[in-house]
Amino acid sequence: MIHFVLLVSRQGKVRLTKWYSPYAQKERSKVIRELSGVILNRGPKLCNFVEWRGYKVVYKRYASLYFCMCIDQEDNELEVLEIIHHYVEILDRYFGSVCELDLIFNFHKAYYILDELLIAGELQESSKKTVARIISAQDQLVEAAKEEASSISNIIAQATK
Amino acid sequence: MSGMRGLSVFISDIRNCQNKEAEILRVDKELGNIRTCFKNDKVLTPYKKKKYVWKILYIHMLGYDVDFGHTEAVSLISAPKYPEKQVGYIVTSCLLNENHEFLRLAINAVRNDIIGRNETFQCLALTLVGNIGGREFAESLAPDVQKLLISSSCRPLVRKKAALCLLRLFRKNPDVVTADGWADHMAQLLDERDLGVLTSSMSLLVSLVSNDHEGYSSCLPKCVKTLERLARNQDVPQEYTYYGIPSPWLQVKTMRALQYFPTIEDPSTRRSLFEVLQRILMGTDVVKNVNKNNASHAVLFEALSLVMHLNAEKEMMSQCVALLGKFISVREPNIRYLGLENMTRMLMITDAQDIIKKHQPQIITSLKDPDISIRRRALDLLYGMCDASNAKDIVEELLQYLSTAEFAMREELSLKAAILAEKFAPDLSWYVDVILQLIDKAGDFVSDDIWFRVVQFVTNNEDLQPYAASKVREYMENIVIHETMVKVSAYILGEYGHLLARLPGCSPRELFGILHEKLPTVSTPTISLLLSTYAKLLMHAQPPDIELQKQIWTVFKKYESSIDVEIQQRAVEYFELSKKGAALMDVLAEMPKFPERQSSLIKKVEEVEDTADQSAIKLRVQQLPSNALVLADPKPVNGTPPPLKVPSMSGIKVNGTPQSLAIEALPGEISSQQRGLTEEEGVPGEVDGTAIVPVDEQANTVEPIGNIAERFHALCLKDSGVLYEDPYIQIGVKAEWQGHHGRLTLFLGNKNTSPLTSVQAIILPPAHLKLELSLVPDTIPPRAQVQCPLEVMNIRPSRDVAVLDFSYKFNTSMVSAKLRLPAVLNKFLQPLQLTSEEFFPQWRSLSGPPLKLQEVVRGVRPLALPEMENLFNSFRVTICPGLDPNPNNLVASTTFYSENTRAMLCLARIETDPADRTQLRLTVSSGDPTLTFELKEFIKEQLIAIPLGSRALVPAAPVPATPLAQPPSPVVDANDPGALLAGLL
Repeated sequence: MIHFVLLVSRQGKVRLTKWYSPYAQKERSKVIRELSGVILNRGPKLCNFVEWRGYKVVYKRYASLYFCMCIDQEDNELEVLEIIHHYVEILDRYFGSVCELDLIFNFHKAYYILDELLIAGELQESSKKTVARIISAQDQLVEAAKEEASSISNIIAQATK
Repeated sequence: MSGMRGLSVFISDIRNCQNKEAEILRVDKELGNIRTCFKNDKVLTPYKKKKYVWKILYIHMLGYDVDFGHTEAVSLISAPKYPEKQVGYIVTSCLLNENHEFLRLAINAVRNDIIGRNETFQCLALTLVGNIGGREFAESLAPDVQKLLISSSCRPLVRKKAALCLLRLFRKNPDVVTADGWADHMAQLLDERDLGVLTSSMSLLVSLVSNDHEGYSSCLPKCVKTLERLARNQDVPQEYTYYGIPSPWLQVKTMRALQYFPTIEDPSTRRSLFEVLQRILMGTDVVKNVNKNNASHAVLFEALSLVMHLNAEKEMMSQCVALLGKFISVREPNIRYLGLENMTRMLMITDAQDIIKKHQPQIITSLKDPDISIRRRALDLLYGMCDASNAKDIVEELLQYLSTAEFAMREELSLKAAILAEKFAPDLSWYVDVILQLIDKAGDFVSDDIWFRVVQFVTNNEDLQPYAASKVREYMENIVIHETMVKVSAYILGEYGHLLARLPGCSPRELFGILHEKLPTVSTPTISLLLSTYAKLLMHAQPPDIELQKQIWTVFKKYESSIDVEIQQRAVEYFELSKKGAALMDVLAEMPKFPERQSSLIKKVEEVEDTADQSAIKLRVQQLPSNALVLADPKPVNGTPPPLKVPSMSGIKVNGTPQSLAIEALPGEISSQQRGLTEEEGVPGEVDGTAIVPVDEQANTVEPIGNIAERFHALCLKDSGVLYEDPYIQIGVKAEWQGHHGRLTLFLGNKNTSPLTSVQAIILPPAHLKLELSLVPDTIPPRAQVQCPLEVMNIRPSRDVAVLDFSYKFNTSMVSAKLRLPAVLNKFLQPLQLTSEEFFPQWRSLSGPPLKLQEVVRGVRPLALPEMENLFNSFRVTICPGLDPNPNNLVASTTFYSENTRAMLCLARIETDPADRTQLRLTVSSGDPTLTFELKEFIKEQLIAIPLGSRALVPAAPVPATPLAQPPSPVVDANDPGALLAGLL
């Protein structure tokens, strides 16, 4: 299973963390510090796997951002590497050629999308289309609620005039 | 961030911070703001609440500790509208983990959403539970989640989340899903057309079958069907193909599930599966597109695992090896890494090894790969494939690599090299060469275990001794050498340096010179070792070398006043001994051979391997007879078969080798040996079949090894040893005592390859002891040893004994034992020797009962006086020789420690009757009446002859520790000294 997902920039700034195994806040910070140290210092053209504390971390760099997922030693590494890519493609489709800035200012969207992709550290949906459909349905729900709220406040505003 | 301006502004501010300090300031300011708002605004608008909660998550993500706002996040979960709910769920599941208290607050709201009718709410709730649900969630929500998963009215959207949510709950508590109730549903789920639901369900199945493959055997054919469907790309919607490959993830999961079934019996299912696998093996090509390549190879590697698991026909296996052989030499690093990894797994298959050996040169090349991940795999593989035929090559490669390897790998590398050298050495001189090279190149990483082992081999093999001596002599030429090298050289040259005497540069004086040069650079324990070596060199100098003697005596004289007691003691003793001539020869005679035991290095490695968790691959490994670890049958050296696969480091000690008093044990052991403080366990291991003592009311099917009562009595007089042993467990004890405090460590060692469960240890303390046992784990993993410290505090004098009520479960049988703990009265004594000027005034000042008690003891075990002296000294009541004018009397003193009495002087006098050794008059005095009585009774118990058989019958009950065979002593409440004394007088 995937124990956690970590997005870090080349400068070591954390862009997203998601923990499927219980880590306390202190451990989380320690893990991030330790792993960014290992991964950011790896040269190009090396393999995408790092052995770490009895686990394996599968990572891939996209532009300035490193996507990392920590898995068990016996898990299928390439499968997870492609889950990362799958996630990136969905983000890309949603934002329209995604860049780090999109993920910084819309980190909540990155979380929503990840939740449609993984649960319990396992892949939930492998169809990009399905994920896209669900996310846009969610966006509509939020929009609808907003319109409703503003129309109600309009009504109230009108009534109190 | 649609509309949430405040959040965007905050994020921009953070981004614009020039340095960390500015960022901290900005974050603190924001947290202050939010805190005030949460506190003051009783009714926050949903918008504001959302905004603040997002900010908190953002700050949390930046790595700051946010200790508030959890309530607000959790409260959003029960908001009626979707936008708030969504934020509440997502932020809660990021901020909290399953162990968090606040999560309890949410459980009801979450449940309401799960059983409610709103599909989007169900999704949110299932996601939260799936991501951070704990045991409590498992118990209260599993049935609801199961219902959703199999409901025909739920859309796939909900059901795929329910599947993974259930997976999480099952992981947290496997009892919530059992095969009897669920296997049929599970099989039905595998017929699912929606691939999203099927993917999630397959993950669930993997977890379920790993726990109980028999229960879910009906799922096996369906897995094969699913795999066929995907591999042939039948009926797979376009959106579920990934770079042209029908859901690679589902393929991988399905094959993973199949690996948990031990075998496939049905011939037609087996045939179809092999067809599919064959297709995957043959049909996977390397293509340009990275993602397609990765995806297809993810499937391919999983197929390889499955083929290995199924132990396919030879032809298919050799296909696999051929593929792997190709992979380990390709340019793409991921494939190279995985090739090596899978080849290591392949080693477990009997026939594969010879084919894998053909790739040895390529694997050795990988040891020099620029990528440390790949180098690690290569090292593991080389280690696994090493046997007698290629050990020399492989170990030499490892040694060569050691010089250039980075820090992170050196330790593992040197350990592995040492083990391989030991396991497969074609001859012992090669082994010595390898270890000396190891010490030379990576001394920091060579543990004591490793060099102890060399010493052990050299000591046990006469042919090896001159060789080893000349080898270390060579290393000593170097100006800079590692301290470990100094140690091993000093030891070997001390013992066997004289064998080189005729060679140039090897006279005792020259050896001394070259060793003594190193002395200024070494640490204290090594200095002690060097002193012993000097003494031995001096002894071996024949004819006596006056000049050498002068030099060495100067050294001894110098260290006579060393601040380190060990060094001081040695210097003084060796100096005195070396003046004795012939006696010196006896005392410093050559070390006897070591008893042969299993290597602790190998044991260590095996333990590490055993305790790891049970994965599919490891389960498989256990099922197969492993050839990788088979010991080589080394060729005899000079005709004598070498005891190669032998002893353990723990065998290196002078215990049990009484022929000659070897002053030199190995360093580290010495000081403890001489002071008689610790003896390490493993000493009293003799099995005594005669008296097996069931100290237990339950009928144990498991019988203890050795006599429990004897073990206890032995431990009363020393501080470490075995307390209890049966075929499954060994309980060792090691104790340290200081004043009225003690620290007893229990070593619970599982002797098996399967875990011991339901382990329980309860201490039944007597009233006078305060005992605190640290947590005893419920399970002891295979071949693991658990240490449980037990703190002891003595409150007042008493002979009552603490009892350890110990039980565990092995397979299905419960085993329990009540064991007396050796935290007995004499442990709180401190030896003390008095002069007559100190003794007599005290003796006189304590006059008559209750402070001084006298008794004529009959039925004493007849002992000669010196034996009796030893007995007293062994329980720390020190004999003061010469104080009593009558040579048949003994006078003794000691100090007793307890919280109530503090340090208290105790005096004793024993008047024996040379005509009748079975009776004597015992007088005990101290400043405390209870102490006087208890100590007198204690001494009496020790003196009275109690046949061991009847001793063994003593029930290990907490209160009366008085052996049955003891002559009737007044039965009174031990806690009431007044009553006691009344009875006595």
